[in-house]
Amino acid sequence: MAKLAKSPWLLHYDGSSCNGCDIEVLACTTPVYDIERFGIINTGDPFQADILLITGGINHQSEAVVKQIYSQMPDPKVVVAVGICACTGGVFKDCYNIKGGVDTVIPVDVYVPGCAARPQAIIDGVVKALEILQQKREAFLARRA
Amino acid sequence: MMPVISVIAYLALAPFAGALLDGLDRKLAARMQGRKGPPLLQPFYDLGKLFSKQMIAVNRVQILLNLSYLVFLAIAGSMLFAGADILMCTFLLSTADMFLVMAASCDSSPFSTLGAGREMIQMMAYEPLVLLMAVGFYLATGTFHVGEIIRAPACAVIAMPGFLLGFIFITAIKLRKSPFDLSTSHHAHQEMVKGITTEMSGPALGIVTVAEYYEIVLMLGIVALFFLNRHWWSWPLAVAACLLVYFLEVLWDNVSARVKWDTLLGSCWVATLLTGGLNGLILMFVR
Ligand code: SF4
Repeated sequence: MAKLAKSPWLLHYDGSSCNGCDIEVLACTTPVYDIERFGIINTGDPFQADILLITGGINHQSEAVVKQIYSQMPDPKVVVAVGICACTGGVFKDCYNIKGGVDTVIPVDVYVPGCAARPQAIIDGVVKALEILQQKREAFLARRA
Repeated sequence: MMPVISVIAYLALAPFAGALLDGLDRKLAARMQGRKGPPLLQPFYDLGKLFSKQMIAVNRVQILLNLSYLVFLAIAGSMLFAGADILMCTFLLSTADMFLVMAASCDSSPFSTLGAGREMIQMMAYEPLVLLMAVGFYLATGTFHVGEIIRAPACAVIAMPGFLLGFIFITAIKLRKSPFDLSTSHHAHQEMVKGITTEMSGPALGIVTVAEYYEIVLMLGIVALFFLNRHWWSWPLAVAACLLVYFLEVLWDNVSARVKWDTLLGSCWVATLLTGGLNGLILMFVR
């Protein structure tokens, strides 16, 4: 297994989800799945987050918010799109108000499919993101040195 | 010579001891909730990450104020470990906290402003007992001087058990434990994001975290002061007492829900009166 980032703090934002994926994300943070064993802390603060977890597609109202949250997160950072809505827009893709998946406004590193994405899949996606975060961290430190 | 060594040891080792205790705290809390929890060394990983992240400074003063918080806490702790005046140490402790309040109010986030306000309420809640405790040490041992308190013939706690109880109560506030973690939170309740530390990222938050580790060791140092006397066996006793108090704080953290600010203020003052006030009065009559 590749080296994982050791202290990833996570921020969850709901782009325009039907709440199905949100509930699964919250399920991951319960004692049953114990994501803290990876050192993950569920923080509500973009200034302190390393991983941005977004559920739901992006609409014209959430676009500015997502961009702002992303810009408030210090480098290195990764973005995980949870649920098919966040990946591509899903069933809402053709709605007049939906722009599409999260990658229409900010770069996405990991796509977790599913409707709703299962907690196991979300944790898998986050662990995948930890690998990418670690690579980004090493690149960031090398650039700074 | 002895004070110099212990101050250097405090300055160099307190962050490590604090981080280890924090790791233990998180592990214990996880076990109490039926989870496996993070590795014991997780706080070190967290610090390593914080200091390697990009620095997003909201303004130029904040980092300076954070550093002042750290420096004043380190000085306050050094005073205790140098065996100097306990009263002076408690004054420096509150001065340090004022810098944190200023650091939180100098940015534009409403959440950190709210956190700063609550931090001041917390200070109002615990300050009376801290001052009374210094007086209690004087009444019990005849001196404010830490170096002399630890050379007393008997443990100070025999004369001032009430103060110890009160101190355990307010240590929960100082260590930002539930039910009194109003101004910020280490846990997932986020009704005001991260409160006082909302706009601190990367290294700025790292500095505050290190300062808090100094604070943990300082608070436990004061707990030890209740037990230390001129006999050698008081040292292991004091260490055991510190660990027990820390365990009690973790336990309390996990079994209680956060209270509102007025409950905090009321319960703290009542506790102060019943423990410190009563104990102090008795000591004054006995003397
Ligand atoms: S993927 Fe399904 S469950 Fe998730 S937000 Fe979209 S519609 Fe809801």
